Order: sequence, then C-alpha cells, then structure tokens
Amino acid sequence: MTRVSLFAQDARTKSRNAAEKRFRAYGLSAIVVALLALVWLLVSIFGNGLPAFRQTFISFPVTLDAAVLDKAGNRNVAEMAKTTTIGYAKLLATSLEAELAAKGIDLGEVKSKDLTKMISEESPATLRNRVLADPSLIGQTVQVSVLASGRIDGYYKGRVSMESAAKDKNTSPEQLALADQMQSAGVLSMQLNPGFLTMPDASDKRPEAAGLGVAIIGSLYMMVVVLVLALPIGVAASVYLEEFAPKNKFTDLIEVNIANLAAVPSIVYGILGLAIFINFAGLPQSAPIVGGLVLTLMTLPRIIIPTRAALKAVPPSIRDAALGVGASRLQTVTHHVLPLAMPGILTGTIIGLAQALGETAPLLLIGMVAFVRDFPGAPPEGLFDPAAALPVQIYNWTQRGDPGFVERASGAIIVLLVFLIAMNAIAIYFRRKFERRW
Amino acid sequence: MSLGPLTLIILALGLAGYLIGRRRAIAQVAGDIRKLHSLPPFYGRITALLTVVPALFLIAAWLLAEPAFIETKALSLIAAEDIPAGKSAALVMADVRRVADGVARLQDSGIEIAPLLASPSALKTALNGAAIVLETEPTVSTLAAAAALRDALASSRFALSIVALLLAALGLGFALSRITPEYRARNATERFAMWLLVASSLVAVLTTVGIVGSLLFETIHFFQIYPAADFFFSTEWNPQFRGGSSLGLWPLVWGTLYVSAIALVVAVPIGLMSAIYLAEYASRTTRSWVKPAIEILAGIPTIVYGLFALITVGPLLRDYFAAPLGLGNSSSSVMTAGLVMGIMVIPFVSSLSDDIINAVPQSLRDGSLGIGATPSETIRQVVIPAALPGIVGAVLLAASRAIGETMIVVMGAGAAAKLSLNPFEAMTTVTVKIVSQLTGDTEFASPETLVAFALGLTLFTLTLALNILALIIVRKYREQYE
Repeated sequence: MTRVSLFAQDARTKSRNAAEKRFRAYGLSAIVVALLALVWLLVSIFGNGLPAFRQTFISFPVTLDAAVLDKAGNRNVAEMAKTTTIGYAKLLATSLEAELAAKGIDLGEVKSKDLTKMISEESPATLRNRVLADPSLIGQTVQVSVLASGRIDGYYKGRVSMESAAKDKNTSPEQLALADQMQSAGVLSMQLNPGFLTMPDASDKRPEAAGLGVAIIGSLYMMVVVLVLALPIGVAASVYLEEFAPKNKFTDLIEVNIANLAAVPSIVYGILGLAIFINFAGLPQSAPIVGGLVLTLMTLPRIIIPTRAALKAVPPSIRDAALGVGASRLQTVTHHVLPLAMPGILTGTIIGLAQALGETAPLLLIGMVAFVRDFPGAPPEGLFDPAAALPVQIYNWTQRGDPGFVERASGAIIVLLVFLIAMNAIAIYFRRKFERRW
Repeated sequence: MSLGPLTLIILALGLAGYLIGRRRAIAQVAGDIRKLHSLPPFYGRITALLTVVPALFLIAAWLLAEPAFIETKALSLIAAEDIPAGKSAALVMADVRRVADGVARLQDSGIEIAPLLASPSALKTALNGAAIVLETEPTVSTLAAAAALRDALASSRFALSIVALLLAALGLGFALSRITPEYRARNATERFAMWLLVASSLVAVLTTVGIVGSLLFETIHFFQIYPAADFFFSTEWNPQFRGGSSLGLWPLVWGTLYVSAIALVVAVPIGLMSAIYLAEYASRTTRSWVKPAIEILAGIPTIVYGLFALITVGPLLRDYFAAPLGLGNSSSSVMTAGLVMGIMVIPFVSSLSDDIINAVPQSLRDGSLGIGATPSETIRQVVIPAALPGIVGAVLLAASRAIGETMIVVMGAGAAAKLSLNPFEAMTTVTVKIVSQLTGDTEFASPETLVAFALGLTLFTLTLALNILALIIVRKYREQYE
C-alpha cells in the first residue's frame, strides 16, 4: 500500500471535485442562457421597432389654389368636398415640383407622376381634411410636412436599397437618388412621428401612415371594463371564500373551479366568448365590451388567487379584536381586514390587468382582427363600437404583405411593453410602499 | 329608453332610497336613535340595495336572453325559398340583423326610409353607402323579418324599461314599508351583502359551466353532421369550404405534441438547472436579481414571442440550419415555434422547481453533507429525489401551458397539417386550427367551423387532465413534509 499525502487529492476526490465544479458550471450556464434569451428577445424587438417612432417627412410650401379646390368660389364645405384626394395629390405634386425647381434640384429621370408616388397616399387625404376643416386656408400658401411613401422611408431605414428598388414597381433607384438630393437640400428629413401613437390603422399599401390610435383606445376601453367588473367580483368572491364560506362540498367545488380556470388556455375563453356573448347574446363582433367581458372571465381567477393570499396575510388578531368590541363579521371585514389587505389586492389586480392587456388569442376569435379605421365613440355607447386592440393590431400587421409593417408591429410591441412595464412598476411601488410585516 | 339613462335613473332611485330610508327611520323615533335597532345608515343601505340590485340583475338577464327570443320570431318570418341552397337560416338571419341595424342607422342620419323599404336593391345600395355589406340580396320576406326584428327589439326595450323601473319602485316601497324601530336593518343588510358575495363566487362556477356547456353543445352539433370516427381516427386534415372536407384530429395533435416536446426539451434542463443553482448555490444578492429577471420571461405577452419567432428566430434557423442541411426552406417550422416556446416556458419550470427545492427540509442536506458528500452529490442523490414529485408536477404544468399556447404557434409553426418527423418543416397545431377555422365571417352550421369546438374540447380536456395530474402530484408531495 502506497502512502499518500493528506494534502494531495487522490484520483477519486479529484474526479468528485471536478464533477462538483462541472455541476455548478451547468447551473450557471443555464441561468446565463435564460438571461441571454431575454436579452436577445428584447434587442431583437427594440432593434426592429425603434425606427417606427421616426418617419421620413417631406416639407414644402403648397399654394392652395382656389381654382382647383373651390371651383364655385363660395367656400361652401359641401361643394368643396367634391374635390377628391386625387385633386389634392396633383396639387401636392405640382407644389413639390415647383419647390424642387426653386431649390435647383434636377428631377432627372423622375417624372412628375413618379413624384406623386414618393409622397404617401395618405397625405392628400390629410391635407384635404385640413382644408375642409378650415376653408379660410384656400388661396394661401401653407408650409406642409407630408409623409414620404413607405419605400422612400424604408430607404432611410435600411429596408430598401438601390438594388431592391430596381426590381420594385413601386419605386426606382432614380427616385431614391432624388430623395438623397432632397435630403441634402433640407426638403426631406427624418423626424419624430407622433402619428404612430395617434393615427388609426392604414390599408395594406400605406404602412407609413399606420398608427395605433384606435388600438390604444380599444385596449383602454377593455381594461376599463375588466377593472370595473373583475375587481369587485374578484374581491367579493375572495372575501366569501376566505372569510365566510363554510367548509363543505360546495365550497370545495368553487375552489377547485377557480384553480382550474386559472390554468385553462386563453383561447378557450375566446371560444366561450364567441359562443355565449356573440352567438347567443348577440353582442356585436369586434366590440370592446365583448373583449372586456372575455378578458374579465379570464382575469377573475388571476385576481382571486392573490386577493385571497392578501386576506390570509392579515393576522387573525385583528379580526378577533374587531369582533371583541362588537363589530359584526361583515363589519370586521369591510372596516378592518379589507383596508389592511388593499395593497396586496391592488398589486394582484394590476398584475392581472397587465396580463389581460397583452392577451391576444381570445380576441382573435371574437373578431377584433377586423380592419377598423374609425375611432370608437365615447363610453358607454362607444363600448359597442368596433375597435382594435393593441396585441391584435400587432398580429394584424404581421399578416400584411408590405415589409414596412414588420417595423410597425415591433414598434407597437415597444408601446405595449412600455404600458406593461408601467403597470408592473406601479404594482411593485404599491407593494414596497404599503407592505406590512405582522 | 336606452340603457344608459335607465341605469342612471335606477341608481338615482337607489340614492333617493338611501336618503328616504335613513330619514324615515330617524323620524319614527323622533330623532332619538338609541331607540332604533340599527344605526340609521343601515336603514338607508337596505332600502338602496333592495331598490337597485334586483332591477340591475333583471336588466342583465333580460339583455342576455333577449336575442334568443326576438330572433326566433323573426326567423319564422323568413320564407323557405329565400334561404339559398346549401346555406343555413343562420346566414340569412345575420343579414336580417344587418338590415335591421342598417335601417336604424340610415334613419339616424336622416335618410327617408319608406321608399327604400319598397325596393330591396335600392336598400342594398343605400346600406352599402353606410358601409354595411350584405351577403345576399334582401327579399320581401327578409325585409319583413328585419322589420319584425326592429319592432320586437324596440318593444322589448320599452317593456324592459317599464318592468325594471317598476321592480325598482316595488323594491323601494317594500323596503320603506318595513322600516320600524324594531326592524333589524343591519342584519338584513348583511344577509343581502352575503348573498352578493356568494353570487360573485358563483361567477367562477358559471364560467366553467359556460365553457364546458358551449364546447359540448357545439361538439355534439358537429358530430351530428360529421362522423366522430373520422374525426378521431383519420390522419388527414383537409378542410374545404365547399364541403367534403376531411377533418382528422391526428395531424394537429401530432404537431401540438411535437412543438410542446421541443419546448420542454429546451425549457426543462435550463429551468431546472437554474432553479437548482438559485436555490442551492447562488448568494442572496445574485438570487434577488436573477430570479425576477428570469420571471420577466413569464410576464412578456405571447404575441411578443410570436413576433420574435416570426422575424428573428425563424429566418435564422432557416438560413443557418435548415437550408444548409437540406431539411427545408420554410422559416416557420416546428423547431422555430418549439424553441421560442421553450424560452417562454423556462420561468414556469424554474419558479415552481425553485419553490419545491426550497421546501426540501434542510436536515436532509445537512445529513448528506455531514457524511462527506459534495454539494452536487447531495443535490443529485438527496435533494432532487426528494423533490422529484414536485418537479414532475412543475413540468406537467409547463407542458399544459405549452399545449394551450396559441400566438407563438400561429406565428411560428405554420399552417400545413402534416405528420412528419422533420423538425424544420412547417406543421400546425390544435390551437392554430381553432383560430383559423373561427376567424373571419363564417357560418356556424358547417362542419368546417364547428370542428373548432371539437378541437377546443380536445384541448380543454387535455390541459385539464395535465393540470389535475400535476396538482395531485404536487399536493401529495407537500403532505409528505408537512
């Protein structure tokens, strides 16, 4: 038998220690992989989406010629409305041409018809609405800042190149070269685009004009419906189950139900909404009220579970003291237990709302994918008007042909994530500020 | 009367009830409230509750039941020959509803209705102008049905207003008549409130009943027009909107299981190892930062993962793996969806496993370390076996989550129903087909639409079974150490 030093590890110890190191390394690398996945996801979305907040605009003076826009000359809005967007498009094109000539930019191969194509198809409509809203503008020369077409915008965001433009019937390398000249002359520039948050959706050919206005309103309406219904019902159910329910089969049934509902796939709620609210009750499709009701049913168990935890965390001594000085059981709960549990309840509710805000699948089934351009009216009637919702708008944009919509969808996700982060931050603030240890 | 003002009037009656009830109680004892059984506000509260609550419940119930009643009446007016061959009465009914709705809207915008009602084609043009598109040309009988629908709706709303206001007034009168100094107003209020609490907790039960009921009802309807054997045993999925489709379940189930399996292969090792590291090795500060960071993954909406699969992971896998290996050139594939879903599921595995590993008693670890085992040996041979049932439960919950996931597969997995082993091929899942069969304007009588309910029932049963199994396993394990 050979003698070995206690200080030198034998082969077996070495391999055991190596195994220990390896095991730790596996654990660490699993965490690193998970965090890298998170970073990759966020970088991908933000990298694709941030350009959506900036847009290429073309600024030039337009002379609103009365001979074109108001043939009768009496500034009657109804008669002026006869001039269609085509008339305004021509006006924009001639004004732009004049501006370019004034700046000494040679159009080269670009014909004036192609010049119209460099301006978004949405811009004439915007100008028309502006003129119809304020007929006194006619005859004046106003400085306008119009959206450039999706292709020109894509050129400055790296989506369109000279090679791809050569094969594209919607643009040409000459147009892009002209755009470069316009940029150095200061006519064309990239600016912040508030319209992305305020404008309604736009058709397939006009990604540059598509905005989230209707979707944000629709989501807001749904969240209001969820809050108004789910919070009181959820709190009442939790109070009953936690404070009053006798221990019997019926209570067990409710508890098992709630636990299972929390795990039902969200799309099943969509089927429920379609079958009950739309087919049976005859509520309109793609209305925020239906979306709100479906999301309420989905969010209820997600509010009940944290609310019950918050009620349970209130020590029994509080209840005993209240009952001891003669409060009834309901008074004990409403005067003492609920106020003490309120921070926990609100935290749970906000997190439940945040989940509901990002939910997509059930809304697809109740028809929220429809193309909606009109803003819904004011509540309560507006709750029955068609509207979009943020996550469904994102899905909708990913299904469109024009590559410009990918950027829009990623930008919309940034907006959605900002809302979610804000809601979660409020929840965390509540928890930190009001958390009590007994 | 429209709903908004009606509700407001009832609420105003309630407020009045509160004030009157309170004052009446005080007046009966001539201001000496010591002679009352309860404090004065309780007399007001019970009056307000009895006025408002029954009337509001009536309105809600009426609105839910109303369409079913008035539509059967209109439906009976549609002449049989006006229902196109191969189409259902429901489709015509949808048009009737649109006509009724559109005529009301035209009237609101000040258009003369009477001449339009005489000529169906003029009506159709007018409705088109108001952005209401009809599937079929309105006929005399559908116009009559639309008119009946409008009349029935108007008279139903009128009746509702009368009945609801009457009920509110009755409640008010009844409550006021009961107010005496001896009346136990507090107990009555609390009994009433208790019923409201019970009703609220019944909403959960009703939701389950609604889900199971609607799924079962439409599934039975589906099996009446499509043979159940074909649904359960056919391996072909090929819906045709002209009829004669094959609607076999298996390609969809295969796609679902394949995607979920890949997701679990990604998520279980990563989730489990990070849970072990966080629970056993990590310092307190590392843990307090890393655990919430991983849980962010669970808070991100699935549409975000879907877009990530669509624009980043899919093209990446196609260009660097599938295409060079000659396995296909589709950017949406089982692998794309599975990988992204795996990332999404990591926190479900890691958080639950972390809780369960933390619940293993410290004495087991101390015993193992005390007889000379290294920490990793302790974990592998003592902690994990002790926590195994709970970990299995966590994995099952993650699996149920993956099976029911919709947006990632809709955007990442593709739409072609195939039974294939190649993970780089586009396949489809149960949830994708539910979405694609139910979106858009579809008729609710064809097997192609109704199959979605059968798929929904399959999905519901599958996830419910997994959840119950997981709960049983986790609960059993918890009892072991408590």
